[in-house]
Amino acid sequence: MTETAGPDRVRSAEQIGLSAREAAAMPPPHQAPAAGPDPARNGPPRNAAKAAGPRDAAKAAGPRDAASWAKKIDRLEVNSRDGVRGTNVAGRRLTGPVQGFGKMWQKTYRMKAGSRIEPERAIATWREHFPEFWPKGNRFAGALTGINPGDVALLDLAIGGGVKLSTGVFVLYADAESFTLMTPQGHMFAGWITFSAEREGPQDGAETIVQALVLMRANDPLYEVAMTFGGHRKEDKFWAATLTALGERLGLPDPKVETKSVCVDTKRQWRHANNIWQNSMIRSVMQTLTFRRNKQAT
Amino acid sequence: MSAPAITMDVRRIGDGVAVVDIKGEVTAACEPVLMSAYEAASDGRTSRLVLNFAGLEYMNSGGIGMLVTLLVRANRQRQQLSAYGLSEHYREIFELTRLDEAITIYDSEESALNGVVR
Repeated sequence: MTETAGPDRVRSAEQIGLSAREAAAMPPPHQAPAAGPDPARNGPPRNAAKAAGPRDAAKAAGPRDAASWAKKIDRLEVNSRDGVRGTNVAGRRLTGPVQGFGKMWQKTYRMKAGSRIEPERAIATWREHFPEFWPKGNRFAGALTGINPGDVALLDLAIGGGVKLSTGVFVLYADAESFTLMTPQGHMFAGWITFSAEREGPQDGAETIVQALVLMRANDPLYEVAMTFGGHRKEDKFWAATLTALGERLGLPDPKVETKSVCVDTKRQWRHANNIWQNSMIRSVMQTLTFRRNKQAT
Repeated sequence: MSAPAITMDVRRIGDGVAVVDIKGEVTAACEPVLMSAYEAASDGRTSRLVLNFAGLEYMNSGGIGMLVTLLVRANRQRQQLSAYGLSEHYREIFELTRLDEAITIYDSEESALNGVVR
């Protein structure tokens, strides 16, 4: 057990042969990005500690990312919000790709935002007005202050037949350059979606790329079937529409969204098939029927 | 994409076990570095891969996503993935994202190599 072979050192990107384009796209190592929409709550941007002083001082102050992560929770707690039903969220646990059932997908939706829009401005706008960019018929009821780590937002999603799928999302992470939402039990997918913006291209002609990256598995067998037969296409349309709306808000004349889907794991996790007991779609249909029956009775 | 401020040293310990010492910032940008380290650690006989996070200085949600991708690759090769050296803060992030249900967390390299959870 104590026999140790010499280390094989793997170093950073430039030492393992990134392309000239990628290398040229890299910003100066000590460049500190502008603050996000709420720097007091979200803490300093990623490189701020480096710019501020010696590494030891930064270490003494705690991890630089501490304010960007939500505090640990076991189950979601929610307050009621106007305009959404708000069911199927309270008491649920969060689910990542590890807890999901279906094939694992990584989906990327990218939009070029030009050279005049700074990544921090794009993310600040997105965080502050997130619900306004959602396609019609869907509601996102988050905190009034925008998207902040630890927030729980309630969702009503249009699924046809006058039925709304009621679920929620948890803000897992947020800083000036990105934010991430994680799903609870019963949501269509188990995983997270990260919204980010960054500069790409040669330094003198770099432009901002805004993207949403989904890492997910369908939460249970029923959702897996639904995703296979139209669900993925619907989701692609949803996020493309959201990014387009953001692009319009940012003043882009003709926002275009590129979509890329990669199946990271073709295996289904049958040990998580019983996630179906939490399925929010089934529960939402039953809740709608009960609501209609009660309304007729009165 | 920003330059990944990270190094990963691969050590082989005995037969079939490799330790990856991670130093720096774990973000989505360091995926090529992590995957190169993974390939260096996986020589066909490796059945256990231990990630040493004692030198972890920063991690964002992109970094967590990258670890999930690594986990999928390791599972495909029937390799067991574990970790040690996580500070309380990063251990809580593993618990919050429920990554700890797939990557066993140990207190020290010795317990990770012996497979003894605290």
